[in-house]
Amino acid sequence: MRAELFITCFNDTLFPDTGRAVVEVLERQGVTVGFPFEQTCCGQMHYNTGYQSEALPLIRRFVDVFGDAEAVVSASASCAGMVRDIYPMAAEQAGDEGLARAVAALAPRVHEFSQYLVEVLGVDDVGAYFPHRVTYHPTCHSLRMLHVGDAPLRLLQNVAGIELVELERADECCGFGGTFAIKNADTSAAILSDKTRNILNTRSEVCAALDTSCLMHIGGALRRGRAGVRTMHLAEILAHTQDGG
Amino acid sequence: MRVRVPTPTFQRSARDALADTQLRTNLARATHTIRTKRAAAVAELDDWEELREAGRAIKARTLRHLDRYLLQLEESVTRAGGIVHWAPDAGAANRIVAEVAQAHGVDEVVKVKSITTDEIGLNTALTRAGIEATETDLAELIIQLAGESSSHILVPAVHKNRAEIKELFRAKLGATGLSDEPADIAEAARVHLRAKFLSARMAVSGANFAVAETGSVLVVESEGNGRMCLTLPEVLVTVMGIEKVLPVWADLEVFLQLLPRSSTGERMNPYTSVWTGVHEGDGPKEFHLVLLDNGRTRALADPVGRDALQCIRCSACLNICPVYERTGGHAYNSVYPGPIGAIITPQLEDSKSADTLPYASSLCGACYEVCPVKIDIPKILIHLRGKAVAKKQDQGWRAKADPEVLGMKALASVFSDRSRYERVQKLARAGQWPLVRRGAISRLPGPLSAWTTVRDAPAVPEQTFREWWRANR
Amino acid sequence: MSGRDAVLARIRSALSDVPPSETPEDVEVARTYRRRTNWTREELVERLAQRLVEYKASVRRALAGEVAATVADACARRAVRRLVVPEVLESSWIPPGLEILRDQGLTSEELDASDGVLTGCRLAIAETGTIVLDGGADQGRRALSLVPDYHLCVVPVDRIVGTIPEAIEALESDGQAGLRAVTFISGPSATSDIEFRRVEGVHGPRTLDVVLST
Repeated sequence: MRAELFITCFNDTLFPDTGRAVVEVLERQGVTVGFPFEQTCCGQMHYNTGYQSEALPLIRRFVDVFGDAEAVVSASASCAGMVRDIYPMAAEQAGDEGLARAVAALAPRVHEFSQYLVEVLGVDDVGAYFPHRVTYHPTCHSLRMLHVGDAPLRLLQNVAGIELVELERADECCGFGGTFAIKNADTSAAILSDKTRNILNTRSEVCAALDTSCLMHIGGALRRGRAGVRTMHLAEILAHTQDGG
Repeated sequence: MRVRVPTPTFQRSARDALADTQLRTNLARATHTIRTKRAAAVAELDDWEELREAGRAIKARTLRHLDRYLLQLEESVTRAGGIVHWAPDAGAANRIVAEVAQAHGVDEVVKVKSITTDEIGLNTALTRAGIEATETDLAELIIQLAGESSSHILVPAVHKNRAEIKELFRAKLGATGLSDEPADIAEAARVHLRAKFLSARMAVSGANFAVAETGSVLVVESEGNGRMCLTLPEVLVTVMGIEKVLPVWADLEVFLQLLPRSSTGERMNPYTSVWTGVHEGDGPKEFHLVLLDNGRTRALADPVGRDALQCIRCSACLNICPVYERTGGHAYNSVYPGPIGAIITPQLEDSKSADTLPYASSLCGACYEVCPVKIDIPKILIHLRGKAVAKKQDQGWRAKADPEVLGMKALASVFSDRSRYERVQKLARAGQWPLVRRGAISRLPGPLSAWTTVRDAPAVPEQTFREWWRANR
Repeated sequence: MSGRDAVLARIRSALSDVPPSETPEDVEVARTYRRRTNWTREELVERLAQRLVEYKASVRRALAGEVAATVADACARRAVRRLVVPEVLESSWIPPGLEILRDQGLTSEELDASDGVLTGCRLAIAETGTIVLDGGADQGRRALSLVPDYHLCVVPVDRIVGTIPEAIEALESDGQAGLRAVTFISGPSATSDIEFRRVEGVHGPRTLDVVLST
């Protein structure tokens, strides 16, 4: 099996460890991982903020870069959702039939990381070892757009040594929302304060999720408050093994 | 000289609302209560998804052939003895209502809650014409006494708790010795309004639905004030948005299931009234139906935005929204707040403030999940953001200097070329050193400072992912 | 240009993306939701009774010949002496010993001064605990079941249907949909306006008693 890694612009720049972890977990499952260097950004931030005409070239670029891939694994749920759900709409809005066709052919081959493991590889135990108290926050795009279901939780439950604690009001948004966190910073912070309160109530050491963008927002507040809680992408937990991976 | 104060942006209004701890507490309690009820009511039905799909499809069919159904409605209502008026805008609608009142020598009307009449500012217009409008819905009465505007499309006074309401009744109605038990408050409202109901000669209502096939109009309510207004006075005027029409009687079987469970989380609301034109010996002798446009055709003209007109005003989206839960309805500066407000208000009205509403969302998608007619609210929000940006960019030189526009264009340019992108990654890492303390940034400059007011930001690590890949693979 | 012309012109212009050849039926509506149940008569009665009790209405059962006695008992318990009845109500339902106000044009004040009203119904919906009045002979005009503070409603059990779709269908089955004013009543009056909690007793009859008659 071969998969091209869609690292996403912010993981590439700010959270390379997440990318490394994704690669490691996939390779442990026998997947050959490729990395097309021409990839930059899927255009989600531009598109969702209303800069759809600026996003269109980025959409075309993505389709060009990944068009021939057997499978594409994304290190971010929201970016996977962008490609699968929004790209078709964007191509239709642009009235570009060629793009629409290319998107229709590519989108089904683009997978969020946990969905790739559980739904495509059929694996929910990757032999990980992580003896820490962890709570899981289901990010909105993974929950409502990609419908990842219980895939992430199954993967976490099978991690040896883990103490998994349920998060109260888990399915409520963390308040990130991309540029919303800047453009409506006060409201974003208000929503975040309840999410961090619920995380702290679990007395966990780690908060895990499928999106480092949301984790950057949650983690940023936890760090500011010196709460002693860190955030990790699911892949980073799964990459840990008994041999100190 | 009258100085026109522009309506504030959502960001500005939200900031003030968020600081109101009583409001935050009231809203959290109310929204959490109703979410649980709604979820339980919906879970009872195995065919909920089928109902939602039927609701969506019926509304889609109706909107695509709206002129035909409105003409059919006009014909049916007229045949049944009603009088139909068409109001292109708020002013026309208000004039029609005032003229009916004046024709009957009426200087006081009783009103059933109708956000549509709030939208057109009917009460103010009637007052100017020397006609007093008495709100009979408990929530509308509360906000009328408080001199406020509605903050929720279903329960307009949700921003007030029982203690505040009790105090208001004591101060404005002279209701002394009142406890803050909701039952006591409801009793005070009953006593206050009873005499008005029994003597009123004209009522004004809205409508939840109107059936084109038969000319039947429906009001879905809880308290009985609707039944009072619709039955006892001689003259009834109903103001209804043109999007509320349904094709056939049978369609009611879908919407009478979708609405109560989605709105108050009940199997059925206490009272639903259905009438057609004038019924001899039963109810008003004269019935007027005012079909209101007031910007709805603007929404209709946008094939994506048009879906917002499918709304049946259940408020499930308001109740589930993480933004509405914390800012409340007044922050939207519109009678239509919350997720539906964020997509309908900027289409009904063309204003700078309304254009900030599509951004009042984290795009979490919870609203879409609960919408009984499957309006893809996140999709329409993004679409309207696009329209707002296009409008901004159309404003010539000012747009070219707008920091956000400049920043977004620059970033798009960076992402369009690999070597440029990689260079900017290195630049960001190189240039961040004045801001980084112990691996994180606690103060970002310019517009990005909004991030660091409440959060730390990560520092750019020593090696990007692609640099690591190049070096190690 | 009249308001009517203006609005219609705007609508037609707004819908210019809809192909002129498209008919409403071309927009498919899948009616795959549940339209009826297979509940037995007894299950229908049970469910209706249960829902009514949840709405804080009280429920009694009576055999056909016992209705008047049950009405008498209900009125006694509620201290109801002056009872409004529709002009053409089934007289076998009316017990002796009450002051009966037959509606031959009662004013609102007279209705308000009464202690309660007795009506039949068009049908009842078990799933939602709803009683449907349509102004038929045993129900009278709408004001009768609205103004008095107490509504005593006789529901013959063969008029109970399971679901809302069944009720909506029944209401148009005699070609009468739109010719009569219809009121759906699900419990006594209530409001959810205060903190979203349902509170009984606002403007309509605050007490609803139901007699299920076989």
